[in-house]
Amino acid sequence: MATAAVELDTRVHYLNANYGIKSWLLTTDHKRIAILYMASITFFFLIGGLAATLIRIHLIEPNGAVFEPGTYNKLFSMHGIVMVFFFLIPSIPAVLGNFLVPMMIGARDLAFPKLNLLSWYVFMAGGILVLYSVIWGGVDTGWTFYTPLSTSYVNSNVLSAAFGVFIAGFSSILTGLNFVVTIHKMRAPGMTWFRMPLFLWAMYATSIIQILGTPVVAITLVLVAVERMFHVGIFDPAVGGDPILFQHLFWFYSHPAVYIMILPSMGVVSELITCFAKKRIFGYSFVAFSSVAIAVISFLVWGHHMFVSGQSIYAGIIFSALSFLVAIPSAIKVFNWTATLYKGSISYQAPMLYAMGFIGLFTMGGLTGLFLATLATDTHLHDTYFVVGHFHYIMVGGAVMGYLGGIHFWWPKITGRLYPDGWARLAAAIVFIGFNLTFFPQYMLGYLGMPRRYAIYSPEFQVLNVMSSAGASILAVGYAIPLVYLIWSMRYGPEAGPNPWGAKGLEWETPSPPPTENFEEIPVVSEEAYAYGAKEAHVG
Amino acid sequence: MARRRPTLADPHASSALAHQFEDLGQQHESASLGMWIFLATEVMFFGGLFAGYTIYRNMYTAGFVAGSHELNVTIGAINTAVLICSSLTMALAVRAAQLGKRIPLVTLLIATILLGLAFVIIKLTLEWRHDYLEGLVPGLNFTFAGPNARSMELFFCFYFVMTGVHALHMVVGVGVLFWLVVQAWKGRFGPERFNFVEGAGLYWHFVDIIWIFLFPLLYLIGGRY
Amino acid sequence: MWQGFSIRPEQASTIAQGVDYLYYFLTAIDLFFTAIIFLAIFYFAVRYRRRSEEEHAEQIEGNIPLELAWTLIPLGLVTVVFLWGTSLFIRNSRPPAASTEIFVVGKQWMWKLQHPEGVEEINELHVPVNRPIKLTMTSEDVIHDFSVPAFRIKKDVVPGMYTTLWFQATKTGSFHLFCDQYCGTNHSLMKGEVVVMEPTAYEQWLSGGIRGESMVQAGAKLYEQLACITCHGTGKGPSFVGIYGKPVKLTNGQTLTVDDDYLRHCILYPSDRVVEGYRPIMPTFKGQITEEQLLQVIAYIKSLTPQEGKATK
Repeated sequence: MATAAVELDTRVHYLNANYGIKSWLLTTDHKRIAILYMASITFFFLIGGLAATLIRIHLIEPNGAVFEPGTYNKLFSMHGIVMVFFFLIPSIPAVLGNFLVPMMIGARDLAFPKLNLLSWYVFMAGGILVLYSVIWGGVDTGWTFYTPLSTSYVNSNVLSAAFGVFIAGFSSILTGLNFVVTIHKMRAPGMTWFRMPLFLWAMYATSIIQILGTPVVAITLVLVAVERMFHVGIFDPAVGGDPILFQHLFWFYSHPAVYIMILPSMGVVSELITCFAKKRIFGYSFVAFSSVAIAVISFLVWGHHMFVSGQSIYAGIIFSALSFLVAIPSAIKVFNWTATLYKGSISYQAPMLYAMGFIGLFTMGGLTGLFLATLATDTHLHDTYFVVGHFHYIMVGGAVMGYLGGIHFWWPKITGRLYPDGWARLAAAIVFIGFNLTFFPQYMLGYLGMPRRYAIYSPEFQVLNVMSSAGASILAVGYAIPLVYLIWSMRYGPEAGPNPWGAKGLEWETPSPPPTENFEEIPVVSEEAYAYGAKEAHVG
Repeated sequence: MARRRPTLADPHASSALAHQFEDLGQQHESASLGMWIFLATEVMFFGGLFAGYTIYRNMYTAGFVAGSHELNVTIGAINTAVLICSSLTMALAVRAAQLGKRIPLVTLLIATILLGLAFVIIKLTLEWRHDYLEGLVPGLNFTFAGPNARSMELFFCFYFVMTGVHALHMVVGVGVLFWLVVQAWKGRFGPERFNFVEGAGLYWHFVDIIWIFLFPLLYLIGGRY
Repeated sequence: MWQGFSIRPEQASTIAQGVDYLYYFLTAIDLFFTAIIFLAIFYFAVRYRRRSEEEHAEQIEGNIPLELAWTLIPLGLVTVVFLWGTSLFIRNSRPPAASTEIFVVGKQWMWKLQHPEGVEEINELHVPVNRPIKLTMTSEDVIHDFSVPAFRIKKDVVPGMYTTLWFQATKTGSFHLFCDQYCGTNHSLMKGEVVVMEPTAYEQWLSGGIRGESMVQAGAKLYEQLACITCHGTGKGPSFVGIYGKPVKLTNGQTLTVDDDYLRHCILYPSDRVVEGYRPIMPTFKGQITEEQLLQVIAYIKSLTPQEGKATK
């Protein structure tokens, strides 16, 4: 081990190619930018998590244990805005995507490295503005900025927060643009579309949503800002505007945005399942095309957020039907992952536990989505804790599990070192248990009728709220453990070697950590993705 | 199996080739695909505005027509002509860059800049200033009082947001062109390296096309042509 | 802490049971698929665990019949759910013709309710059991949402337009009324109770309430106060008699049905939708009339059937 550590320190790779703050802040290396993003979103995750902790503590008592309602409103707005726009949306694309897209297709970098760095600066600018808004003075509109509340009624930092989100949106657009061009134009010789790892298909589908959806929320926020600054009535009915139009424009982006969060996780899971079952994916083209199908259909279902908003019944019926359609490609993925395990050679390192946890939680989150796509039941469940439970199963149970699984899987590649697998498995188990304890009671609360965003609630809801808060404390421990051992491993972890999991894929054919230019020579691909059966068939 | 050009350490075959690309063809294709995708995001950005405009125009047809009648079609038409001319000079500039003709390139870029600035200045001094004095600017000075005042105000909201965002795109475009003029003067462009000029050209034409949509939508509604 | 704890909300309206059956059906589907996935993963995970490092997994490319099966079976199931949910929703959205109409105005952060007899309430709604009640709702400021979980009903209350909701309570008692759409600082305090009473008790309560005039009477008074009568009744403006629910042709060629929303809009923004054959001379009443008064005027206009119209003229 000692000699290995020496090897890590002596070989030139992207981490030690040069030193100093400047070499990081001015880097155009996609791997270093990925690390910049990783540090930033971890910071935002901690901020958002802190808000969540305070929310759960507050809700232990029906009359609110800690805060005034106004403060509570600012906390959940902060939690939502920070987690959605500054953790979930950039999480896998900006960290793992940035690191892996060029490596997986056998390129030296993304197509536009400077643009990539710019997108991180844009992201940070938006993030700092939003942090300023939510901490000094706060925002109390919820992350949805519904009009006319946001434009004419609240006195908080709506303008600066909306502007921060607007700016950060460009980061998302630029990242998506970079990925699409890279995947189209920079694949290594032999890397055909149908040889690409499924993670790339997922990133491609995600990028399409980022590119086409984000501008719409951007212009919507511009209109909100114009209305708020000049008191004109674009969305305010008092001056002739239509508040429901805002909801249409907002959800046109914000529903697909859910798929920006979950699609990349699906891609990660396809990588993990195949590697730890030592098996090619079951039904490659079905999994690949279901990603694209999800991206396309996701643009057509936004109206299911508005079944009770006063939109016409007929619009409701059409959106309901389309929303059910999006369930199908999701189901296809889950069944194919499960079938991949069949006759596999399955081992249970930490990333695999996260992947299996993802499938379980995503299944539960996806299936409860059926209740909300169904008009008659959504009428009862809309804007209750059922919705909160549902989207946390997708975004935290799904997206965050996938992110953690991916981080654990590629950590040896990113840092060149291994983390203690026992601790990692323990953390995965704690996250799974804590998550279910936190959010399952919320389904029950929603069915009972507890509205979301309530600082003060009726006493009969207390039992389930206390359960949820108790679960949250377990979940918090589950999230804290990886933070500790991952940081520990950066210095003390044993050397990983190029391919600790025996995985397939171009990124595993280069040393860990990779050299700045990724590959000694541009590889030539001559086999399918996940060719776990074919021994040593690849060309280096 | 033929190895491709290997490492970063290798001296570049051409200084026009960025390290992540294999050859100039790949670099050129990537740059133009990137630009097209960016324009797709712009279409969606303006698309949100157009959607809102369409909905309100259907809700408040009379007010929108009345609002449109307050606009000066002649100036709008002159500005349209100015922009179309600027697209021509831009297209010629791209050609000049491809052929590596330095002086024509610089001249044509400057012509484009001047036409672009002319558009913005006409808009600003002859239209927006006039609207402000007439009391047609919602939020700042809206004094119009007639039967359709309320929906006219909405029309002018959209008018100012749409033309404002468009003008902002023009200003950004002019800024980019200035940078191109400096680079072109230094002789940075040629047959191997004209991606920037071409990208800026695509952007410029796109902004023009937006105006081609804005002009009839805002100026020519309600049987005035 | 355990006081009032239950895992099932009370069923207190004719709508509740139908929604619950669908809810149970969906729960069954969820449990079934969750069980399949969990059991399959668990079984495969144990059965095919890696026993040695040299072990090779059997490579399977895929299976088209299987793919078709797990595409088409879920598709069939969601089609059933869609048809069931949609038909139930359409039924639940249509108030019976004989409904008693009650008017709801939401504002930050209270509910104002007005009975046709003129009784007004705040954050409390008294209704008789077993009688269909239709709510016509609007907001004075931001978007609110009127939700009664025990009835399984919910609808946004949007400024600038009327939304409707109906229910028929099947149980006497007191049921929570929540604002479900986040509406600002005291959103969580914008709640109340729906008190369902036996019809006799309800009549008693109603007669014991503050006896003002009925909504129609109040509307008639406003009709004179605001001088509507000087035009609408003299031929200068269109007559209101018997127009409610009828189509009307506008100067811009559109044909609309006269409903609550149309009337509200015409009172506040008269020049937008002028009836064919009339000039746009009506001034706006925006700012001179509250949401409650608007509802009263509309109630009055609705009450003007041809015979009555002659009587008042």
